Amino acid sequence: MFYYSVKRILMLIPVLLGMTLIVFAIIHAIPGNPALTILGTKASPEAVRQLNQSLGLDNPWYVQYFSYLKDILTGDLGTSIQTHAPIASEIWPHLAATIELSFVAMIIAIVVGINAGIISAWKQNSVFDYTAMILALIGVSMPVFWLGLLEQWGFSIKLGWLPSIGRDDIRNGVDPITNLYLIDTLLQGRLDQFWMVIRHMILPSIALATIPTAIIARMTRSSMLEVLKSDYIRTAKAKGQRMVWIVYKYALKNAFIPILTVIGLQTGLLLGGAILTETIFGWPGVGLYIYNAIQYRDYPVIQSGILIIAFIFVMVNFIVDLLYGLIDPRIKYK
Amino acid sequence: MIESLLHVENLKKYYPIKGGKFGRVSETVRAVDGVSFSVREGETLGIVGESGCGKSTTGRMIMRLIEPTEGKIVFQNRNLMNLSKKEMRKARKDIQMIFQDPFASLNPRHTVEHIIEEPMIVHNIGDRKERKARVEELLELVGLSSYHAKRYPHQFSGGQRQRIGIARALAVRPKVIIADEPVSALDVSVQSQVLNLLKDLQEKFNLTYIFIAHDLSVVRHISDRVGVMYLGKLVELSESERLYDDPKHPYTKALLSSVPVPNPNVQTERMILQGDVPSPAHPPAGCSFHDRCPFAMDICSKERPHLKKLEDGRLVSCHLYD
Amino acid sequence: MLKMSDPVLKVEGLKTSFFTDDGEVPAVGGIDFEVKEGEILGIVGESGCGKSVTSLSIMGLLPSPPGKIVGGHIYYQGEDISHAKESKMRKLRGNEIAMIFQEPMTSLNPVFTIGEQLEEAIKLHNQRLPKKEIENRSVELLKRVGLPRAKELLKEYPHELSGGMRQRVMIAIAMSCNPKVLIADEPTTALDVTIQAQILDLMIKLNKETNTAIIMITHDLGVVAQMCQRVVVMYAGKIVEEGPVKDIFNHPKHPYTEGLIQSIPDLHGKKERLYTIKGSVPKPGSITKGCLFAPRCEFVMDKCRVNTPELSGGEHKSRCFLHQEQGRKEVRT
Repeated sequence: MFYYSVKRILMLIPVLLGMTLIVFAIIHAIPGNPALTILGTKASPEAVRQLNQSLGLDNPWYVQYFSYLKDILTGDLGTSIQTHAPIASEIWPHLAATIELSFVAMIIAIVVGINAGIISAWKQNSVFDYTAMILALIGVSMPVFWLGLLEQWGFSIKLGWLPSIGRDDIRNGVDPITNLYLIDTLLQGRLDQFWMVIRHMILPSIALATIPTAIIARMTRSSMLEVLKSDYIRTAKAKGQRMVWIVYKYALKNAFIPILTVIGLQTGLLLGGAILTETIFGWPGVGLYIYNAIQYRDYPVIQSGILIIAFIFVMVNFIVDLLYGLIDPRIKYK
Repeated sequence: MIESLLHVENLKKYYPIKGGKFGRVSETVRAVDGVSFSVREGETLGIVGESGCGKSTTGRMIMRLIEPTEGKIVFQNRNLMNLSKKEMRKARKDIQMIFQDPFASLNPRHTVEHIIEEPMIVHNIGDRKERKARVEELLELVGLSSYHAKRYPHQFSGGQRQRIGIARALAVRPKVIIADEPVSALDVSVQSQVLNLLKDLQEKFNLTYIFIAHDLSVVRHISDRVGVMYLGKLVELSESERLYDDPKHPYTKALLSSVPVPNPNVQTERMILQGDVPSPAHPPAGCSFHDRCPFAMDICSKERPHLKKLEDGRLVSCHLYD
Repeated sequence: MLKMSDPVLKVEGLKTSFFTDDGEVPAVGGIDFEVKEGEILGIVGESGCGKSVTSLSIMGLLPSPPGKIVGGHIYYQGEDISHAKESKMRKLRGNEIAMIFQEPMTSLNPVFTIGEQLEEAIKLHNQRLPKKEIENRSVELLKRVGLPRAKELLKEYPHELSGGMRQRVMIAIAMSCNPKVLIADEPTTALDVTIQAQILDLMIKLNKETNTAIIMITHDLGVVAQMCQRVVVMYAGKIVEEGPVKDIFNHPKHPYTEGLIQSIPDLHGKKERLYTIKGSVPKPGSITKGCLFAPRCEFVMDKCRVNTPELSGGEHKSRCFLHQEQGRKEVRT
């Protein structure tokens, strides 16, 4: 297990480097001169040249790349054109909002998806199986923004049960400590606010969880169907073991590798791709942050946002890789 | 000395294993480690051994379906190892193969006619009409009927599928047929049908067989001479009757005594070996059988024995006969 | 308490079918046999004869749907368990009737250690046993089935073991609760012949030590001849012959049994052309009238195609008109 982890960590280095190189290249490939963007189209050629020089934009690309890499490694993500604030400190509250929402959504997706998949496989061709799989099909094909709008219309506007927008009530805002509101409210002992935060999370997290739930359920079902047919399940039955135990302990652990892969991919997608949900529910996450930056052509912010999302994606997959080794003893020997 | 049709000399197949720490080549699996034998025209050479002994690899190397690491394969006085890929493809017309799994080795989407005709197309034999006629002839030959030609493999039973495999191998009129576990997937009653068929065909066309199997009684039945393999090496090679009635190598003895005899009146004295076959990546030093051999001597762990000819002409690789 | 001669397991008129899209396919068409305490009974037959379905029916492990017991009874120590509740069967399985399977490579769960899988079997039927005691018993069992390094082995995973060792672990699991009956479904078919010899030897030893009855399901007549006291020969879902091993091998009373024995090549003696049974095993349910073996039988008579013979005879029973009417001792002389 130790060598396996070390090997995985070493393999991470070229991936991360490649990632920064790609982000760097994309921004460079975008037509237009950053100096012109900053100074405006009417700037004199002299001013543009001076700004280029002071920004280091007249250096060869690899010099620019290495200075960019150095900045990232020292935690300097640059300055936002729009707000003139350092991006590194500005982005964290947004990131925290996204992480919190995605985390809750993934918990819902994992619990509901895996259980639905297991029961569908166990009771194959039952009413439950058919219903669950039709719902899963609807789940993967339903556009998120449509589901979000339906939720808002139903539960906020018609029934008035849940808030439709934001992380907290405007008049009863949470004092950020970590910016993870569920933790912050608990640290401050504000159970009323904790409950408020949860109420705010319900609709967006369900909207966000729909697709992962459906995908996880389908993957769990097919993986479990395969495993339940295997010889060692028959062996467990022949020992006199209970079916519930066999399914949840024996079969699930064997079926888990493909499920874990899907969970990893979906988590990465949620963390990066929640722009639609965040926009609809006014959730101040990274998605919304980047969305606004795009509207303002705030290139440093876009660049940093993409970099962070890519970084999270890589890290989630790294963790998944480590978990493979824990679940299946055969993997670390390959 | 009778001229041999096919002669294999010091055939080796080593597989490097990457792995261990940071993907270096950490060890070498010696799947086949210096096998030599010759086959005379019209005879059947049986090769027996347990799983992992390298018998199937040896069979495939003769056709260069697996590229040997080292060694010579002389067929009709030509070293097949010196042939280019294109020449080798042509040479395969004379050496055909029958595989174990009649279910997996036939393309399920092709008709039987297509399957049997294909090798003839590959080797440019006859025109369309002649080939069709040949397919019908072959089907009758292996005990099927010409009306089977338009059917698909899944419409046949295991035994019938193996007959189709045999017909395909015979299509190009080969001289040598390498049969790799051809009856081990079949039921007893069907197995005997296929074995009889193979014998009949051999007599009819003067075929030469290399018959690879793990079932000792099947190998004895079909073979004129038998070679026993253990961990990539031949440990004994002799005429089949002699080998079975009076095995020389301790491994052959153990192997033979392990077979449950289908006769309750005969209670054989079993010589039960301890432990498992060692990994071909770490064969024991000296004689690779010495750690399981009940007759092991000091020399056995130090020196690797070589295949020697005994007075009666049989070949044994064991220090007991030094 | 049962007497020595009482059957510990008795199967009466067992019929098992599979219900597919094409309708009911009979896999076992009404069979009777019994196993006495401490006995080794062989069930022999070719693929599709229903021998494995029989064992799964006894264990209550038929894949259901599509499999279902449609008739007959299975008595374990006098009690009918053919339609017993799942909770009742769970108590029997592993504890009273244990089973080992053909594929040792896939019969153990790859992601749990040997220890976890063996200890689970013990714990299931001995809830109150302390942890330490369970571990001691596991080590003891592994030693008893001839595995070295028993203690370390508990922490290893199945893929670290060879096929023969895995089958020993399977036997240890099966024997963990001292069952009265061990059903072994082709336990050595996937193993090499020298390893097969080790495993068969071990099973005979355990049978003598524990007096556990063994039902040996196999296609290999050699295994039957060397291991079993009595044998049941199955063909196309029915028993065609049953009796003491020596009688069956020396004086087979059914042309199918005779044919099977004759088709095996000899290890010694003169090489003769092999006897063959023409044709192949019929599809289940395809023959509805007369003797199931009639289309392949060398000695077929007109009545064989019309009437169905019954299994009859004393200790040595057969299902063949030839023997019942002419009282012939052997099919062939």
